[in-house]
Amino acid sequence: MRIDGKGRIDRTRPVTFTFDGRPYAGYRGDTLASALIANDVRVVGRSFKYHRPRGILTAGSEEPNALVEVVGPANQTPNTRATVQELFEGLVARSQNRWPSLSLDLLEVNDLAAPFLSAGFYYKTFMWPRRFWEGIYEPLIRRAAGLGRLSGKHDEGVYEKAWAHCDLLVIGAGPAGLMAALVAARAGADVILCDESAEMGGRLLSDEGQIDGMPAADWTAAVLAELASLPNLRLMPRTTVTGAYDDGTYGALERVGLHRSPRPNLPRECFWRIVAKRSILAAGALERGIAFQDNDRPGVMLAGSLATYLNRYGVSPGKRVALFANNGSVRATARSLKAAGVEVVAILDSRPDAPDEPGIPVHKGATVLRARGRMGLHSLSFAHEGRVHALEVDCLGVSGGWNPAVHLTCHRNGRPRWSDELAAFVPMEGAVPGMRVAGAAAGSFSTHACLASGAEAARESLAALGRDGGALDLPRAEDAPYRIAPLWTVPGKGRAWLDFANDVTVKDVTLAAQEGFRSVEHMKRYTTQGMAPDQGKSSNVAALAVLADATGRGIPETGTTTFRPPYTPVSIAAMGAGGRGAGFAPQRFLTSDQASRDRAAPMVEAGLWYRPSYFPKPQETTWREACDREVRMVRETVGVSDVSTLGKIDVQGPDAARFLDFVYSNTMSTLPVGKVRYGLMLREDGHVLDDGTCARLGAQHWLITTTTAAAGLVMRHLDFVHQAFCAGWQLRFVSVTEAWAQFAIAGPQARALVASALGRAPELGFMGCAPVTVQGVAGRLFRISFSGEEGYELAVPTRFGEALFRDLVARAETMGGGPYGMEALNVLRIEKGFITHAEIHGRVTAFDIGMEKMVSGKKDCIGKAAAMRPGMQGAARAQMVGLKPLSDDVITAGAHLFAQGVDLGRETSAGYVTSVGYSPTLHSHLALGFLANGRARHGETVRLVDRLRGVDVLCTVTSPVFHDPKGEKLRA
Amino acid sequence: MRLTCPLCGPRDRREFYYYGAAVYLDRPAADAPPEAWDEYLHLRDNPAGVTQDLWYHEQGCGSWLKVTRNTVTHEILAVDAVSAADAAEEAR
Repeated sequence: MRIDGKGRIDRTRPVTFTFDGRPYAGYRGDTLASALIANDVRVVGRSFKYHRPRGILTAGSEEPNALVEVVGPANQTPNTRATVQELFEGLVARSQNRWPSLSLDLLEVNDLAAPFLSAGFYYKTFMWPRRFWEGIYEPLIRRAAGLGRLSGKHDEGVYEKAWAHCDLLVIGAGPAGLMAALVAARAGADVILCDESAEMGGRLLSDEGQIDGMPAADWTAAVLAELASLPNLRLMPRTTVTGAYDDGTYGALERVGLHRSPRPNLPRECFWRIVAKRSILAAGALERGIAFQDNDRPGVMLAGSLATYLNRYGVSPGKRVALFANNGSVRATARSLKAAGVEVVAILDSRPDAPDEPGIPVHKGATVLRARGRMGLHSLSFAHEGRVHALEVDCLGVSGGWNPAVHLTCHRNGRPRWSDELAAFVPMEGAVPGMRVAGAAAGSFSTHACLASGAEAARESLAALGRDGGALDLPRAEDAPYRIAPLWTVPGKGRAWLDFANDVTVKDVTLAAQEGFRSVEHMKRYTTQGMAPDQGKSSNVAALAVLADATGRGIPETGTTTFRPPYTPVSIAAMGAGGRGAGFAPQRFLTSDQASRDRAAPMVEAGLWYRPSYFPKPQETTWREACDREVRMVRETVGVSDVSTLGKIDVQGPDAARFLDFVYSNTMSTLPVGKVRYGLMLREDGHVLDDGTCARLGAQHWLITTTTAAAGLVMRHLDFVHQAFCAGWQLRFVSVTEAWAQFAIAGPQARALVASALGRAPELGFMGCAPVTVQGVAGRLFRISFSGEEGYELAVPTRFGEALFRDLVARAETMGGGPYGMEALNVLRIEKGFITHAEIHGRVTAFDIGMEKMVSGKKDCIGKAAAMRPGMQGAARAQMVGLKPLSDDVITAGAHLFAQGVDLGRETSAGYVTSVGYSPTLHSHLALGFLANGRARHGETVRLVDRLRGVDVLCTVTSPVFHDPKGEKLRA
Repeated sequence: MRLTCPLCGPRDRREFYYYGAAVYLDRPAADAPPEAWDEYLHLRDNPAGVTQDLWYHEQGCGSWLKVTRNTVTHEILAVDAVSAADAAEEAR
């Protein structure tokens, strides 16, 4: 119910929303949880395993029960904590894990079967018969398991990721965090202050205490106003720091648009990576419960949350409230409730020496035995002075003490330390380098202690940054001691809940211990304690205590499970922001791109490049028709192709030739100026790295090319060889791939086309190169060929690429030629037996591709020693061959080769196919592949089998060079 | 994880390409016995503690770096350009 005069909500701005299809009203500033409480909605979800009705337990991100689906126009976000979801106009939320409805859930039958569903039930039950697992058990379990459901559609929402850098990151904006940020920002440090909540202030917003003689909320507002005015401080509300990583890097999730109606360009979330020289963890403390029979009934809540709902949101979950605690922290809550007109029936304080409370009955040494009310608490029974009493209440606030939020201090393998005084784990200082812990997160619970430790942590961090924190009068605030007498469970019959989210009871944990799962990590996995979306934030320590008791050890010896990032769930969509679809992958376009698209050429991806696949003519209906025509065109007249994607590296210096001799297997230093040589690079392990051409432009000036795919790889390799082994040599090299546009001109009419474009006939022998002037532009001409025809490559600076391509194509067309694409280029090279990375795929040696003579015996080179090892050459190796089918059947790359008459099998495979294409020149399908001892088997018939595609064809083994084996056309 | 490139300063690890153990810098002589080449090419330690490995500042200056770090604590002890690594180590 709503409480008049309380809360920080904006009562002038009503908001309507629906929950399970029913309309409700709340106010701006409400969370979904507070608005549901205001509307007296008590059951908000069903538990995971037993489908028990559950209500709201907490007021924060640690909530285990109130998980809902938030339904948007384009997406559906399951497992949203209602305690974190801010209310906005038109919010649509649905409860989860129930069918058909929240009030009638058929799987509640599980709760009746509870005696059979104890810890380890799955492991014990679904083991036999074994064959039932796949067909019966697993589908059944999968249907029953899981909480919320996804929409099954793509998440079309906008997400972002971003980086931030600062001197000091302050995590949490409660009293300690605000104080730390204030001290550091006043001293001039570059500060980021993150807080999980929409409004900063932490528990000061839930507190009716005073700071410096003013209400805590007013003090908070004043501090926030000052912080907002400082240019060196950045406030990041709605931002949860989720992980602490190496070298001062923190992950943080900002809820950018989840608190308002969706808009097209508003990101839902932003995943931040924050790099901070220092950090202060002021994440506060999380309250924990006490386990007693049916302590999971809707209406049983954590006591601190009652204060938050009352003072921050102006709602009360009950009209008649009792409080059950083992510490003094509930007293302020009791006073707030009473002052607000809520009837506080009793304080059941388990401590026999508990103090009195004016105007409220305090039962000292009392323990709650059982909560009653399946769909909402209506009464409870408690033990006091040896007798059992009943109490009619509709809400019970429980406090089993407070756990410092140590999570982030453990993300780098730190372990927290047990404090007997606080009956809680506290962080180890220094667990995360550069991080200080302050306030309740460090176990300092009073407001004064929080303010003092925040200021102190800031001063220490500033000193480490070389700054002076200056003098500061600490504001005056309450400094009551925290007194707790540990109480984890109330003994009794029935089930007492620890982990609400995963339905783990006290009995489950003791059973795990009895069955030998005594290690905390084993107990966790056996019972699933703490493995739900809330990661056991409000239940883990109590479960440890039960385990410690059951195994006869202390809590420190029992230890904790491992805290891992993220602190709260992070959507994959946020972490992968920008990665959907094409994502961040750059697209590289040729200078001829538009010209090719103008001719309706379909584009094919080649690494990051887009290259024309073929250039269709109007009458052509299939790619094969275009490809065949383009191949014939190159063989009969002339074709033009953009080959600018090949990597181009400019190498210069007195030691350039020596360097190239070291990185290429063959010798380059003997190449005359104005000549080009084909070169092979090996990896140090003796296998082929890449191939390409090497042109000597001047005595100390070289231009080498790489394959398109390996351009980056080769650059990385050359940088390594240079810096690691030749650092003192006089040379420099740089990638000029994008500086030059380069076009292959191939075919019997190639020379005529080049002459036409240059205005004079080229005087270049095979493998020559020369500077040329292309219609007034300085360019380069190479006489090299990847087609087997007489071929040239003409290069101009990139900005002239498109003009030259259009010019060359126009000239070619007057000669009966035209452009050709990747498909024709591939067929042309297969006909000629030229290799690509389909052949040099990383497992072949120079010997395998018939180039062992290219490994020079006269000099050392990268990969030579390994290439000479036994086994890197010889008859047993699969060697490159050509394959020509005896029939017209299609053959496929990836097929295996078998000798005729053998049984087909992995061990009888004699080789494989790497490239295939239809040759219009030879009127046959052709393939390149690798065959054991292949060079000695030319003429033999082998079986080409591809079982995936149903191919089984007899082929003749041939030389890989099908076309013009003597190279007469090439050298014409 | 962040590495301080000697040329570019502190940078996030996403700018770097990881290669492997720094023993790859100790290339045997061309005529070294096969065992030496086998060890160089194939055998690597997997220490719990201080290790040295090679990183390439691919999205930065193109430097190959020898990074000395602790696999247990994740502490980065030194980052040297491989072209100057010997001199840097002698100086320390």
